[in-house]
Amino acid sequence: MQPPILEAQERIYDATRPFKGFVRELWAYRELAFFLAWRDVKVRYKQTLLGVGWAMLRPVVSMAIFTFVFHRMAGIASGGIAYPLFALAGIVGWNLVAEGVGAGSASLLGNTNLVTKVYFPRIVIPLSALARGLADVVPALCVFAVALAVYGAAPGWALAVLPLAVLHALAVAFGLSLWFSALSVRYRDVAHALPFVLQTLFWVSPVGYGAESVPAAVAMLYWCNPLTGVIQLFRFALLGSAHLPLELYVLSAACGLGILLSGLWFFQTVEADFADVI
Amino acid sequence: MSVPVITADRLGKRYTLGGTPGGIGARTLRDAIGAAIRAPRRAGEARELWALRDVSFTVGAGEILGVIGRNGAGKSTLLKLLSRITRPTEGRMRIRGRIASLLEVGTGFHMELTGRENVYLNGAVLGMRRAEIARKFDEIVAFAEVERFIDTPVKRYSTGMFLRLAFAVAAHLEADILLVDEVLAVGDAEFQKKCLGKMDEVVHAGRTVLFVSHTMGAITGLCPTALLLEHGGVVMQGAAVDVVHAYLNANRSAPPSIDIARAQHLDAHHGAGIVRLERVELENPFGGSFAVPWKEPIRLTLRYQVEQDMTNVVFGLRVDSTTGVPLFGAHHTDDGAQPVTIARGTHHLNIIIENTLQAGRYVLAIGAHSAVSRDILFLVPDAATLDVLDVTATGRPYLGKYGCQTNGSAAWEFSD
Repeated sequence: MQPPILEAQERIYDATRPFKGFVRELWAYRELAFFLAWRDVKVRYKQTLLGVGWAMLRPVVSMAIFTFVFHRMAGIASGGIAYPLFALAGIVGWNLVAEGVGAGSASLLGNTNLVTKVYFPRIVIPLSALARGLADVVPALCVFAVALAVYGAAPGWALAVLPLAVLHALAVAFGLSLWFSALSVRYRDVAHALPFVLQTLFWVSPVGYGAESVPAAVAMLYWCNPLTGVIQLFRFALLGSAHLPLELYVLSAACGLGILLSGLWFFQTVEADFADVI
Repeated sequence: MSVPVITADRLGKRYTLGGTPGGIGARTLRDAIGAAIRAPRRAGEARELWALRDVSFTVGAGEILGVIGRNGAGKSTLLKLLSRITRPTEGRMRIRGRIASLLEVGTGFHMELTGRENVYLNGAVLGMRRAEIARKFDEIVAFAEVERFIDTPVKRYSTGMFLRLAFAVAAHLEADILLVDEVLAVGDAEFQKKCLGKMDEVVHAGRTVLFVSHTMGAITGLCPTALLLEHGGVVMQGAAVDVVHAYLNANRSAPPSIDIARAQHLDAHHGAGIVRLERVELENPFGGSFAVPWKEPIRLTLRYQVEQDMTNVVFGLRVDSTTGVPLFGAHHTDDGAQPVTIARGTHHLNIIIENTLQAGRYVLAIGAHSAVSRDILFLVPDAATLDVLDVTATGRPYLGKYGCQTNGSAAWEFSD
């Protein structure tokens, strides 16, 4: 008989204190995060006719409708840039956040069997759900590239900021997902509230119009929306120019950071009871 | 005892039931707010349930400990605490080494993904490293016997294939401590044997195993020691055979002797009430209940009352499944014995039933009829509920099911 394999460290769990080592734990479970993300992406378009074509079709249709409603009917200006391109840049950013929040918020309830049957840091679940938004960004960017070519435009040096814009979008989506998913474990209201919240966010974010159209009197309030910074940054990265005053961008980013940090705190506080309540 | 790898010190887990704001009952925000408004002071009165309380025990390295107890005794809660799925309300636990829990087979399997993809996904869910899964992949697939279908989506698998693959991944976990809940309840009899064999292998690799099961045979067969839980507390820890015995004693489903009420007799026949069954007693009860070990003959004593002198009486019995399917019947005249004459009064009758029953629960019907008129003299359709246990009389686990309805035996003689 072989001697028992024992790890050097001994873990002690005390009912009165929460489990520790959050970051180390998350790192230890990075492969699980990867596998769950891979599963979500892989399964997403299985047994669909259009497959990944959906991720291209949706921004195209949105762009067409925006051009008709916002540009033709409402006469919204796009600051010298072809409106369809202007709208599409915003749509790419918005979709990334909206998809991420949608998938992330539903992720815990969607993985109930994992939560009640296996241990791992629960944060892995909303984190890996972001992959769904991320997976759709690549086809959406391809659509944007085609649109650029159609309008005879070319991307500028600002494209270098794109990774930052994606990261910013994911951070905001993750922050919101943490709140919504953790709340959804106890309160099923989240499923009802989420579409409404996203719809509201859509109107108060510069997707179909530019942030420059917002009256100066409410600009500060407008930029408190964490999505304002994200979408304007996307517009800047993809189009080379956008209304993006540094101090307002920082304000928006700080609000996003606030949601992320408070989300992490809230998630960690309630995570230990997920298996009992879900 | 070797080095303790699991030490539970006064572990307790409390669940709150009922509609308090923080309680499990609150399903929507409206409920929570509503409850707080309606009865702000009732928060402390919420119904509390201690699923576990004051549970202390240690498990040494390489030990394999069976955990038994009735439904709701706290077995699953204990595994959930140890595997950190849920947090204890009070107490401490110390765990040395990598712990993996197997509370369900196939957790995280996705129907749309192929067998291969699911092996990796499920492995990661159970805490295996990617490299570790890759190394064991062939072994897992071979164990599950699904080589030909490994690149087919598991939604096209049969239930058996699915369960085999799921168990195979789990069985190849490289953890120091394995927490297992009822995994043996998967697959057909053949695969269950294979699973048991694999479990045996796991133990001999020096791993520590906590094994929760309702299958007493699996407990006594796999675990040298066992822990008995009752109402959330440890009642006994010791040699598995003793603990199983104590459990069966405490868990008597029916006492070994049963008084038969008048109402249990079928009365819709001519001459009803002339003969009445009063008592059925099992002479060789196991664990103090109306139960016999596997293959052990069933020895019954009947006591019955006769109102007037009778001639030409034939006694009979029938064994039914709990779903009412008649399995076999016997009359005392089957082997050529003559119908009997009985005088008025109380009498006894001893019966030995050859036990060809598989482990499980059965219903005994007992009656008598007249050999001349064919009239039923009495019939009690559910005279007793008999449990045939999944252990042999010596406490050895019972494995020889082979998917059949009954046991048979054969004499084997080899010659040139």
